[in-house]
Amino acid sequence: MSIQRRTLLSAAAAAPLAGGMARRARAQANTIKIGVLTDMSALYRDLAGPGSLRAVQMAVQESGITQRGINVEVVSADHQNRPDVGSTVARQWIDRDGVDVIIDVPTSSVALAVNNITREKNKVMLNSGAASSDLTGSACTPNTIHWTYDTWMLSNSTGGAMVRAGGQSWFFITADYAFGHALERDASEFVRGAGGRVLGSVRTPFPGTTDFSSFLLQAQASRAQVVGLANAGGDTINTIKQAAEFGLTRGGRTKLAGLLVFITDVHSLGLQTAQGLVLTETFYWDLNDKTRGFSTRLALPGGAKPSMVQAGCYSSVLHYLKAVGEMGVAAAKASGADAVAKMKAMPTEDDAFGAGSIRADGRKIHPSYLFEVKQPSESRGAWDYYKLLGTTPADQAFRPVAQGGCALVR
Amino acid sequence: MAAPGGFSGTDFRKEEAYFLGFTQAQVMAFVVLIAFLLISPFFLYPVFLMKLLCFALFACAFNLLVGYVGLLSFGHAAYFGMGGYLTGHAAKVWGLPPELSILLGGLVGAALGLVIGWIAIRRQGIYFAMITLAFAQMVYFFCVQAPFTGGEDGIQSIPRGYFLGFLDLSRDLNMYWLTAGVFLAGFLLIHRIVHSPFGMVLKSIRENEPRATSLGYRTDDYKLMAFVLSAGLAGVAGGLKSIVFGIATLTDVFWTMSGEVVLMSLVGGLGTIFGPFVGAAVIITMQNYLAEFGAWVTVIQGAIFVLCVLAFRRGLVGEIGNWLRVRL
Repeated sequence: MSIQRRTLLSAAAAAPLAGGMARRARAQANTIKIGVLTDMSALYRDLAGPGSLRAVQMAVQESGITQRGINVEVVSADHQNRPDVGSTVARQWIDRDGVDVIIDVPTSSVALAVNNITREKNKVMLNSGAASSDLTGSACTPNTIHWTYDTWMLSNSTGGAMVRAGGQSWFFITADYAFGHALERDASEFVRGAGGRVLGSVRTPFPGTTDFSSFLLQAQASRAQVVGLANAGGDTINTIKQAAEFGLTRGGRTKLAGLLVFITDVHSLGLQTAQGLVLTETFYWDLNDKTRGFSTRLALPGGAKPSMVQAGCYSSVLHYLKAVGEMGVAAAKASGADAVAKMKAMPTEDDAFGAGSIRADGRKIHPSYLFEVKQPSESRGAWDYYKLLGTTPADQAFRPVAQGGCALVR
Repeated sequence: MAAPGGFSGTDFRKEEAYFLGFTQAQVMAFVVLIAFLLISPFFLYPVFLMKLLCFALFACAFNLLVGYVGLLSFGHAAYFGMGGYLTGHAAKVWGLPPELSILLGGLVGAALGLVIGWIAIRRQGIYFAMITLAFAQMVYFFCVQAPFTGGEDGIQSIPRGYFLGFLDLSRDLNMYWLTAGVFLAGFLLIHRIVHSPFGMVLKSIRENEPRATSLGYRTDDYKLMAFVLSAGLAGVAGGLKSIVFGIATLTDVFWTMSGEVVLMSLVGGLGTIFGPFVGAAVIITMQNYLAEFGAWVTVIQGAIFVLCVLAFRRGLVGEIGNWLRVRL
């Protein structure tokens, strides 16, 4: 029996070895390897997931880099929203499989973990999916670019631009944990800064609150014009649904403002429930001809339109490959920090976000848009969800470099 | 568990006398395990192996309680996760060396186990499981709110540091040897506990608690002791994991982690000394190597679990042992 076991063992040990050698042989010096680390099976699947992978593949195609004799290989994995799975995959990709750049990485805890790994190994992370503004603040590294959005930008636009659009008095429904508190604190500052008033707030236990009725009644009793939702995911969905059932927004006197809501959330809620909701995104497929063209080319299954996270994956990979084309594959592979520095030195230009740039602290900047969800009667068809309320220009949309506390710019 | 009648008298003598309390078959399996630990880092990815060993130790600790005392705790994530948080905090904020930080993680797990166990062992069966689950959820809520855990971002960039002041753990292979060492120490400690007179009493409690009481044993004291040992080892496993990965996050204290360790023990084989290791290996390998299949991970995991429950009621190691008519 033990002989049999030993044979089995050596066979089992040899299999990955043979695979590893074959992989290494294939990975020539002329190949850039891109790893898309995302959520394929849980709550961010629609927002990022397979759509992000598709966006990356399209960016590789459209970059035209293969015609210049540079090979690009794209791999992907599901981090299951678990930091330990995410960091094992990231380490393995870099140490064993020769991955040069890691894309997307939704979920802040996973993103922060991968952030440390890419710095330690001098590779690149182009983060599109995570919200934490720490990625360009206290946790910033010379190897990371935070591409699409962050919590500061969302609070700034939804808080500040909303006041300028007429929402003077606010009441917050806040999830009672660090993330919710931070959202409420930031948004309150912007509301006051723009000349609005915060009438009060209520904290909902987190996680596990499913009944928001008493909190919604408090919000209604405050007679605030805007009810800000300083929460995320399922909490936001539930609050919006129950607010619709209560008729909180009926008559248009009160508006709901979601601080972390995506177009995929609006799609799953349906216009009947989500109508009148105010939110911020940095990309909407129906903004202009270029974004429409991008969304049509991407052709997500089922006629779905890309989210801003998926658009960010496209845009970041396109820009990275541009930088690789300029500096050469060998130099880009040798040092992730150099590749990022090159990316920061070049202006960005793509169909999804238009012209933009990357700051020294790793923040990609572009305008942010305040949207209101259309009423069902206003919508001309599937995915026609938003009307534009206001635009914050790129230089004001994100946190000023000096306030972030990033060690790179001190 | 095979009935004692299934073994001949000579088998039983062999089992008692062979080597350090191991039976002959266990010695062979142990040699294979040692060989695997020595050879594998040169073939397989060390970080993956370290993760496997951390979870294997966690599953072994859990198995000490469920396999040998018959207490199904559904809250082991609390000790695992808190051990991880405290180790991370000690290493990062207080600047303690890794060995002390991990030890501290174990102590915190044990202390938490003492408090929760003291209350939980007063009930049996489903009530026991529910009480442990309830306390674990309280610990989870505490971790969501407490400032030192960093909320849903967790504690990030925990330094690996230098073991005993000279061994640089930032090199993966060095970290691997430490992890393997801690795992083996925990594994042998559990084996020793199970085969001590104390362990015999534990097994008698599992088989028939009123009878153990009637023989004059204070069964509550024994159960509490086993609970604390199990929780302490779970804390060590959690601490080790946070040093390996440099992170401690909410996933480790969430109830799904308690479920996962039950799954590992079931797949490997409850009440077998090698079962938890095999179970952890199966589950962690799936999590890691199926990651590229995307949404299929959970489906495949579910299918394998159903298959195990239907076809291998004793778990993989239990079935192999039964087939070879040895105790593994």
